[in-house]
Amino acid sequence: MISTDRTRKLLIRQKLGDGVFQVVAVVGIVIALATLAALIIDALVDGLPRIDWKFLTSFPSRKPAEAGIFSALVGSVYLIALTAVVAVPIGVAAAVYLEEYTNQSSRLSRIIEVNVANLAGVPSIIYGLLGLELFVRAMRLDRSLLAGALTLALLVLPIVIIASREAIRAVPSTIREAAYALGATQWETTRDHVLPLAFPGILTGIILAVSRAIGETAPLITIGALTYVAFVPDGLLSPFTALPIQIFNWVSRPQHGFHINAAAGIVVLLAVTLLLNALAIFLRNRYQKQYQ
Amino acid sequence: MLYRFTQATLAVLIISTFAASPAFSAKLIRVDGSSTVYPITEAVAEEYQKENRKFRVTVGISGTGGGFKKFGRGETDISDASRPIKPSEVELCAKNGIEYIELPVAYDGLAVIVHPTNDWVDYFTVDELRRLWEPDAQGKITHWNQIRPEWPDKKFSLAGPGVDSGTYDYFTKAINGAEGASRGDFVVSEDDNVLVQAVSNDLHGLGFFGLAYYEENKDLLKLVPIDDGKAENGDGPIFPSLETVKNSTYQPLSRPVFIYVSKKSAERPEVEKFIEFYLTHANVLTNEVGYIPLPDEAYRLAMERFQNRVTGSVFGGKGAKTGVSVQELLGQGSE
Repeated sequence: MISTDRTRKLLIRQKLGDGVFQVVAVVGIVIALATLAALIIDALVDGLPRIDWKFLTSFPSRKPAEAGIFSALVGSVYLIALTAVVAVPIGVAAAVYLEEYTNQSSRLSRIIEVNVANLAGVPSIIYGLLGLELFVRAMRLDRSLLAGALTLALLVLPIVIIASREAIRAVPSTIREAAYALGATQWETTRDHVLPLAFPGILTGIILAVSRAIGETAPLITIGALTYVAFVPDGLLSPFTALPIQIFNWVSRPQHGFHINAAAGIVVLLAVTLLLNALAIFLRNRYQKQYQ
Repeated sequence: MLYRFTQATLAVLIISTFAASPAFSAKLIRVDGSSTVYPITEAVAEEYQKENRKFRVTVGISGTGGGFKKFGRGETDISDASRPIKPSEVELCAKNGIEYIELPVAYDGLAVIVHPTNDWVDYFTVDELRRLWEPDAQGKITHWNQIRPEWPDKKFSLAGPGVDSGTYDYFTKAINGAEGASRGDFVVSEDDNVLVQAVSNDLHGLGFFGLAYYEENKDLLKLVPIDDGKAENGDGPIFPSLETVKNSTYQPLSRPVFIYVSKKSAERPEVEKFIEFYLTHANVLTNEVGYIPLPDEAYRLAMERFQNRVTGSVFGGKGAKTGVSVQELLGQGSE
């Protein structure tokens, strides 16, 4: 029978295609993971032996062996906390508005949606330029912690909005209908049912946003964040430096000792990022269980 | 539960950022500018703050040009510069009523380097360097034997600092005669370590950058001596070193680097003390961070200049100038 023969051939070809695709996919993931592993191992080998309590609690110095990361570490932590304080409420509020309060198919909401998606793809240096003109110069915040945090908040706002919208959208409409049926207002429904259910998803968005913000260098350099700061910020308008800037400076110095410091700084930055992520994942899992 | 958690987090974050903020401390000395001068200013700031705990010095790296933009807007007190102030920057300062005092703080040598196993390049004359780097060379001068016929018939590859750096401005002025005039087909990096990599990995590589980067990578690179063809600056090709830069025989690739102080800021006691501290300790500290100190006499003259608050640039606000002696630096008869 010719037809079964043809079918068999077709099947063989399909299986072959399947196999090829699988190989390509595996190669892809191996390349991605190997690059990541190489980067991390390289930084760990150079940097790990350099990290001690003194390195974490010393200010920058011209002598590589005496230089530490204290002002940069504290600066980064303050910066990220402040960024989250600004970006999260605005981002979540925007997401609630777009998902719960507007007509999804209206022209306005579609325009907003497209713009938010586009903003997420704007290169970070552009946000830096905006921050420089708007916060540093027009609002006269100078090169302060607040100016840096507001700039980073703008940068991560689209990520928070998009993730929060996804999370809110995933809440089944039956929940809302049940709440309405019992006489709850729209705000009560959102506050008591939709947001709590969406919370784990929103938290995921915040993790992504914060992880992105903590590693950003370009916008901070553009707004003119400083390199040598031998004190801890003592207020919103205090000058500051951050981990990526300190690392960037050390990498570009001629002395090998500074390159070791840079590797150690990278390890610290990775550790801080992982710590933040772990905290957020822990919280997410906790609340996920509670509301299911 | 959720609300208590969110509210608590927000409260903690807000309190922690506001609580420790009893108004912004005023005793702040703001420095920004050249990445070349940064290590010197960082060293001075470090020592100064050890002695004066209540003063705070911040140092940024915006490049010489970027630093002057902030300085000219009155956003900084002191600007680090690896070349003298340019006309456009003089204009900006004038527009905003910023008067400045120009103070040389150290010398920096520019090293011309090739691959360590390159056995044909023994020295360069200034004329040969110009033929290598001039704008007209782009696409035409590509092989070693076009520079000197006995050199191999092989393609070379060039590497140099970015066009925003004072180092590039100075090199192009010294070699090609005009700031910013050079061929464009070379490997560019703002990070001199990348240039070190580029040349040390390529048998036919050739590049230039700050002497300090050569000193730290001696085993990876070969330093090339330069002959400027002028007997008064020493005969024959001369290697850059502490002595040859200091006694001005390594010409034209050694240059002074500066700090510019706003006259208005200098009225503040903490800034005044900082500058005096800078000029007193620059001698030792520049050496420590890999630069070449000026002669003692120069620091004395610079201090005088500062104490008399002599404003303006001895270069007439025209940017990079080559072959400058200490006497010229401090303008015997300044404006």
